Amino acid sequence: MTIIKTTYNRRSFLKSTALAGGGMMLGFSWFVSCKPSPEQVSNMPREWFEINGFLKIGENGMVTIMSPNPEIGQNVKTSMPMIVAEELDADWKKVIVEQAPLNTSIFTRQLAGGSQSIRQGWDGLRMAGATARQMLVAAAARAWEVPAEEITTDNGTLHHKNSGKSAGYGEMASAATEIPVPEEVKLKDSKDFKIIGTSRKNVDGKKIVTGKPLYGLDYHKEGMLIAMIAHPPAFGLKLKSVDDAEAKAMPGIKDVLTIKTYKDDYVRSMFDADAFQELVVVVGNTTWEVMNAKKALKLEWEPFKGYEEAFKTYSGDDTFSKKMPGGLENTGVHMEKMDKFPAKQLKVARKDGDPEAAFKKAAKVIERSYTAPFLAHNTMEPMNFFAHVTEDKAELAGPVQTPEFMEQSVAARIGLPLDKIDIQMTRQGGGFGRRLYGHFVVEAAVISQEIKAPVKLIYTREDDMTFGNYRPSYHATYRAALDADNKLIAFHVRAGGIPESPLFANRFPAGAIDNYLAESWEMESNITVGAFRAPRSNFIAGVEQAFLDEVAETMEKDPIDFRLELLKRATSDPVGENNDYDASRYAGVLELVREKSNWKTENNTGVHRGVSAYFCHNSYVANVLEMVMKNNKPEVRKVYCAVDCGIVVNPIAAINLVEGGTVDGIGHAMYSQLTFKDGKPEQRNFDRYRLIRHEEAPKAIEVHFVESDEHPSGLGEPPFPPIMGALANALYKATGQRHYHQPFIAEKPVIG
Amino acid sequence: MTNFNLTINGKTRQVDVDPSTPMLWVLRDHLGLVGTKFGCGIAQCGACTIHLDEMAVRSCQIPVSAVGEKKITTIEGLSEEGDHPVQKAWLEQDVPQCGYCQAGQIMTAAALLKENPHPTDEEIETAMNGNICRCGTYTRIKAAVKAASDS
Repeated sequence: MTIIKTTYNRRSFLKSTALAGGGMMLGFSWFVSCKPSPEQVSNMPREWFEINGFLKIGENGMVTIMSPNPEIGQNVKTSMPMIVAEELDADWKKVIVEQAPLNTSIFTRQLAGGSQSIRQGWDGLRMAGATARQMLVAAAARAWEVPAEEITTDNGTLHHKNSGKSAGYGEMASAATEIPVPEEVKLKDSKDFKIIGTSRKNVDGKKIVTGKPLYGLDYHKEGMLIAMIAHPPAFGLKLKSVDDAEAKAMPGIKDVLTIKTYKDDYVRSMFDADAFQELVVVVGNTTWEVMNAKKALKLEWEPFKGYEEAFKTYSGDDTFSKKMPGGLENTGVHMEKMDKFPAKQLKVARKDGDPEAAFKKAAKVIERSYTAPFLAHNTMEPMNFFAHVTEDKAELAGPVQTPEFMEQSVAARIGLPLDKIDIQMTRQGGGFGRRLYGHFVVEAAVISQEIKAPVKLIYTREDDMTFGNYRPSYHATYRAALDADNKLIAFHVRAGGIPESPLFANRFPAGAIDNYLAESWEMESNITVGAFRAPRSNFIAGVEQAFLDEVAETMEKDPIDFRLELLKRATSDPVGENNDYDASRYAGVLELVREKSNWKTENNTGVHRGVSAYFCHNSYVANVLEMVMKNNKPEVRKVYCAVDCGIVVNPIAAINLVEGGTVDGIGHAMYSQLTFKDGKPEQRNFDRYRLIRHEEAPKAIEVHFVESDEHPSGLGEPPFPPIMGALANALYKATGQRHYHQPFIAEKPVIG
Repeated sequence: MTNFNLTINGKTRQVDVDPSTPMLWVLRDHLGLVGTKFGCGIAQCGACTIHLDEMAVRSCQIPVSAVGEKKITTIEGLSEEGDHPVQKAWLEQDVPQCGYCQAGQIMTAAALLKENPHPTDEEIETAMNGNICRCGTYTRIKAAVKAASDS
């Protein structure tokens, strides 16, 4: 049993109040995880201590947990309350989960990103549940005049064995508010968990399968108008002229206007990334009328010259300037430039030993280069937002991953104080990083302010896919030096991208090789990029794992044994000090996937196998992918996934995320790309942009978790990157060809 | 603008719209039936799938003027209590992640099973191939279709 303090420096993480209609409410700090050092605490913002979650116990025994975090399909709306309910010993059937509105005066850090929701919420959620339970027990002890230690709880009920008394939580909830918040509470041992580690179905499942209005696009308000935007058709262009005469005269059209999303002197947050400064907006009664009027606009565009934009750093303490170069870019030129990036401009990110000397004396050097294209996020629900801005307040609603940042962006743009801006969060039809960049929230607010009416802004698929904030295009060259005994003596990675590098210099195999060099480069572009499910890892994992496969083959080693040998070295005698992974947990997932997939078993059945493993977002994932050739086409027959994400809170949902990440990874590596001609995206909708479909999905996916007592870590992103390596390696076995350029199967290959 | 009498989920509904308006937007904007989703607008993603009589169609490509006497069923009308075997199977398999595409997936699956109550794996894949799920829930969708087919 663990005892934790509910206070720090006399400041409480919890606050108890009585509910107006009877019952108790416990406010708590959702994110008290990652126990801080005293120095960290002294540097922490005051808000860190503020209450950002609520737990209510009504007199009828219903437990309401208000979740501050956006739900983008990662199922936190079910999994996070399970953690509270566990420590509370609640009856899960009586737990209701509500989505909290954005309220920065009450809630802090409302953000979905970086696979952090469960990891950061773990301690705070457990503390809240345990505290409420302890207060209910104390209230019962007082009422029954028995020692609190003799009272037990189970399934939302308090029991006293000797007197035979029992009461539901609801009966004691009001009395519990008179109990002072305890300074210390007991947490359960993981072996006593009854809810955590059991499968609980999606709390919104029934609403989803019956088509209830849940998403931003479903939001409706009386008198609401519909707005759509027209943005430049190519990166590097800006608006020159608008002829809206025909569009304005069309039925149902209220107005056509031009807006600037941000003020010229505005210092942006990193979530205000936007390639287009000025947009044309069509406003009307219905979506179809607005869509038609948009087609009737006669718009002229012109190239812009390069300019600079001021951005705030993530903490907001500093600013930096970012260059937007002029010009209309082409994928062919991108590929050529990436291939020939000048060595002089490389930045050394890490160097161990003497890699130059080792490469010089090598008996054999293996060198391979890999590329990947820009990708669009393509959330199935296109960007949209509702706004109603009046002179004294702004009401907004919709799907966004960064409501707290957007509140500030909106305030700066429309000139209202933060406390006059209310953002309601809807369920989100996918996020994947796209909805971190909430320009559409600001646009909706500006449009509403200009036309003085409530409005829902809707992007068409084409508007969405061609707007930017893409996964960058990447390039990496790997070199490995082998000595005369075929031993690996040096390793070199040189990775870059447009416009950012995918390199993680301190991740495996750093730490496992004496002579190691990691170099990084970046190339400017006016095509905007953003976080895309497992940023940077989503490229570098797959190519690194494909390269290691080729090195193992040259060394005539089994690819799993080869990795395990390197990890053994990184465990027993690590090179360098900043190695950003736990080598034993890394080896653990490889060993598990080897066992579950019967890796050692040779087969001659035409099944080709590839392996990979990676660590990101605090979790470890290994894959074995089985491929068969069917009518000369590769078919993924089965994928084995071994995952170490610490304690698994909700297995049915966790398995779903791993399966989904696996399908998503295979799909993007195999089929997806966004290419450019004269700044214009060549794919604008799903007719030319390929996403994986049913027929192409693996026929089976088997997910195995490492049994663990470790604090839970991320799961939204980690299953996505490594599978691309296993896919490439299986594809080689199946076709005899190594595949270096994603997408592996493109309708129209892009070369040079 | 033209007046249309439509039979939707067993009820007669009247709308006064431009004849070219796709059923998707008639449902969403004029009748408040927002369970049918907008995904691509060009019949490539399947999020807007409805039944026209018993056939699964992409409502973004069906102008209201082409509906005539045919009966329309949307996700809201697939069952009274949300207990259509396909909906039950979806809950049992805990299929959705973000959930946005699932109404379309369910409508396609329900039409498939009506026509072919015991499809093979290949028949399921072929029938479902027009419905994209960016979250990648395909293996669960297939399991749910099979479970519904057995029930």
